[in-house]
Amino acid sequence: MNEFLHMGGYAAYVWPAYGIATLVLLGLLVATWKGLRNAEATLKALESARPARRRTRNAGRKAADQNAGTPVEASEG
Amino acid sequence: MKNPSPGVYTVDEPSASRGLGPLIPWCQSTNERRFFLTEIKAKPLAVRHTCAYIVRKPDQGHLYRGHRSMHRFANPARFLRLSAVLLPWCAGATVILTILGLWLSLFGSPPDYQQGETVRIMYIHVPAAWMSLFVYTNMAIAAACGLVWKHPLADLFAKAAAPIGAGFTFVCLVTGSLWGAPMWGTWWVWDARLTSVLILFFLYLGYMALVNAFDDPQRGMKAGNVLLLVGIVNVPIIKFSVDWWNTLHQPASVVRMGGPSIDPTMLTPLLVMAGAFTAYFLSVVLLRVRTEIAQRKIQTLRLSVAGDGAVTDGMQG
Repeated sequence: MNEFLHMGGYAAYVWPAYGIATLVLLGLLVATWKGLRNAEATLKALESARPARRRTRNAGRKAADQNAGTPVEASEG
Repeated sequence: MKNPSPGVYTVDEPSASRGLGPLIPWCQSTNERRFFLTEIKAKPLAVRHTCAYIVRKPDQGHLYRGHRSMHRFANPARFLRLSAVLLPWCAGATVILTILGLWLSLFGSPPDYQQGETVRIMYIHVPAAWMSLFVYTNMAIAAACGLVWKHPLADLFAKAAAPIGAGFTFVCLVTGSLWGAPMWGTWWVWDARLTSVLILFFLYLGYMALVNAFDDPQRGMKAGNVLLLVGIVNVPIIKFSVDWWNTLHQPASVVRMGGPSIDPTMLTPLLVMAGAFTAYFLSVVLLRVRTEIAQRKIQTLRLSVAGDGAVTDGMQG
């Protein structure tokens, strides 16, 4: 085992090569995974906020129209 | 109907077909929106896929040019389904091939008669170098598709693949240096092969910086695509640099005329590691394209929410 780790005297070159490759590839994977989770969470939050906003907006407009004494326009919705 | 200013408009089809929101800036009612969408859908697919469309408004007779983005959301839907099927296979292949490749390259292969144990660096270095070229070539092909056919997924693919390609190039450079130190007696020489790979690394970084440098992602993508196409000239230079110029770097021993000149006990781990890297690239790029699609949707939603605010203000004010 020791002989294997020693790598014929080239341990200082062989193991860093494998280490850096592992570090870069795993780091990229983790960053990608976190980015995806983040984006999907934001998207979900935005999408669930949307219908609520819309109802509020239409209600607000109807109220405004009635206050002004004009009939509610039928074209919307 | 409000007179829209000519320009590029984005239409979010899934939301529009559900009757949500004035996503088309000049359509303030569902009927207008519906008319607009039927008009677009009536066009031949070929015309729709050329991205720019012309819309004649019913009562005004004006021509408006819009940015057709229906396939932006239609295609990604198909892509998301496909990626959900592919991802487990790619991830599984990555794990299995990595374990097998590491075992073969560390235990299952002999030391080189000249280079001793340092030859094991090759099983990382050479596949990483192949991947750096493979990823770049794919990005350049995607860039061409993005520029010519305005295919939005192609843009997203190039953007998603860039950090992975940069990562592979970095690994290639560092492992090459670690291999060169004991074998050549130097960490770095400014010869053709090493310099051209360094330029490839800077091309990746430059592309990533350029794509993110614009407020309008479309413009960033376009500039980035042009850079990718210009930079493709570097790929054959890297490949043939060892033949064209005198260099410390050894010539090709696997992909060459007359077949590989490398012993099967070393060729096998090399090819398995290359397979592992390819599977890794596919898995991560699928995840990254998914992220890009989500971010596009977030952007569209934010814009349309901002648009809602403007309309509400207009109605009340």
